[in-house]
Amino acid sequence: MSDSKAARTTPASPIGPTAPAALPSRWQLPSWQLGLTLVMFGFMYLPVLVLAFFSVNESRFSAQWTGFSLRWYQQMLGDRRILAALQDSLSVAIISVIIASVLGTLMAVGLSRYEFRGKGLYRGISYLPLIIPDIAIAVATLVFLASLAVPLSLWTVVSAHVVFCIAYIAVVVSTRLSGLDPHLQEAALDLGATPTQAFIKVLLPELMPAIVSGGLLAFVLSMDDLLISSFTAGGGTTTLPMEIFSRVRTGVRPDINALSVVLILGSGAIAFMAEFIRYRSDQNRLNG
Amino acid sequence: MTTQLPLSPPPESADEGRGDRPPGWLSKLLGPLLLLAPAGVWLLLLLVVPTVMILELSLIPGFRPGTGTVSPYGLGNFLTIFQPLYLRVIARSILFAVLCTLFCLLLGFPVAYWIAILSPRRWRNLLLVSFVLPLWTSSLLRSYAWITILRPSGVLNGVLGLVGAPRVDILNTQLSVMIGLVYNFLPYMVLILYASLEKLDLRLLEAAADLGATPREGFVKVTVPQTLPGIAAGCLLVFITSLGDFVVPELLGGASSMTMARLIYNQFLGATRNWGFGSALSMILILAVSVSIALLLKYGDRDVEKTV
Repeated sequence: MSDSKAARTTPASPIGPTAPAALPSRWQLPSWQLGLTLVMFGFMYLPVLVLAFFSVNESRFSAQWTGFSLRWYQQMLGDRRILAALQDSLSVAIISVIIASVLGTLMAVGLSRYEFRGKGLYRGISYLPLIIPDIAIAVATLVFLASLAVPLSLWTVVSAHVVFCIAYIAVVVSTRLSGLDPHLQEAALDLGATPTQAFIKVLLPELMPAIVSGGLLAFVLSMDDLLISSFTAGGGTTTLPMEIFSRVRTGVRPDINALSVVLILGSGAIAFMAEFIRYRSDQNRLNG
Repeated sequence: MTTQLPLSPPPESADEGRGDRPPGWLSKLLGPLLLLAPAGVWLLLLLVVPTVMILELSLIPGFRPGTGTVSPYGLGNFLTIFQPLYLRVIARSILFAVLCTLFCLLLGFPVAYWIAILSPRRWRNLLLVSFVLPLWTSSLLRSYAWITILRPSGVLNGVLGLVGAPRVDILNTQLSVMIGLVYNFLPYMVLILYASLEKLDLRLLEAAADLGATPREGFVKVTVPQTLPGIAAGCLLVFITSLGDFVVPELLGGASSMTMARLIYNQFLGATRNWGFGSALSMILILAVSVSIALLLKYGDRDVEKTV
């Protein structure tokens, strides 16, 4: 293995003029990998397409095609419980993401800037929500809230969601921070800016793409969360995944097909936006 | 390292650059406090303290909410886990997670390989993003979609009926859980393997080919060792997330596929309501996840040492 070290430590960037852009030509065979990849693409999109197909199907028992109809979309839009659940979900996600963006960004900046005892522990704890299964976090939060006799409400859901939102936002912001030029801020300080001014006028704009794309990721995860919401929501709060879960358990329902399509399109659009923002800011950094 | 600009001094100088304004001890402490305390306090209150609390609760046998009597500490909850009924649940959860990891690796590696190495370069980002796009949609809805496909009067049987094949009834079996798990976690595997394969130095394969290696030898002796850290990381991620997954076995598994996550759920929101036992199960789950991560870190370190 030691022979390969020199080769491995050379820049991994394949842009260099000598780097081959493809496999050795004498190895290029008609690749079965292409076939498998196509099948797997089909596998990934099949369930989504099936939902879309049946969401515009006339039949209530969605087993076979009986004609095109938008009635399930109409029914969904007129369903008060779904709309109320959507409102709860949006409130939770928006408030959690705003709080977590502030806390997560401050934390990432603090971790990049200071050395202190227990830093490893602090960082480790902040990553825990990415690792510990949702069910364990949900259970722990419920036990904690119950032992303090905190009445469960929308706000208990928010405070639990902030925990995992912080983790995701901090990871994305940290990655961006590690690629930044540390001298920009220093220059601002040398030119007479106060640390606060340097933070707001120099660092924050540089971090904004990461904060936004991390925030979008956290938003989608918060909108999708079932377990943590179920364990921390009081009687008056029902998020969309909770509502869907309680309906789906009783069987297949065409109005849920319609709702699924709308939600999947929404998440997909947000995902693309987040990827695009990150991609563009990477391009800017490489070019600028 | 080689990409660093010659102008940039070592990073340590970042803090020493403003020597003309020596900060007082208060402002020295103020910065870290302002930046790190808010998130720190939040995580302490809503993550660390709760986890310690379920650890405590797991040591109170048969704790149920609402009952005034508090039993003394004991290991009763953990002993309950050793009943054959519950051992079977744990074994099944681990088996699901292991099989899911294996299938994700077997299916995900060729896909990641094709996208990262064989596909046209300009399409790679788009292909990868499209492949992992379903990851951004709710796993609840994706599992629900599989119900539509697999149920007795669903799409699968519709298609089988058209071609005259016998009908199958696989919803609410362990097979449907496996399909759902692999479907849910395959994108994670592809994402991580892609990141690893993208960095693969193709010149090494060129050299291997020049030296007379067959494609198979090149794959086994160059590609696999070079991407081993990625393979390990992908397997770990898929293993721990599928081990703790609730939605897939709950929606696709029926009564036959009780897993740890479902058992825990039942202790709190289901019919049984035994918080002490549920906490003990949660601790086991956290322990299993921690052990797998510790193993990876240890294994990963050895891998790094070997290459240095």
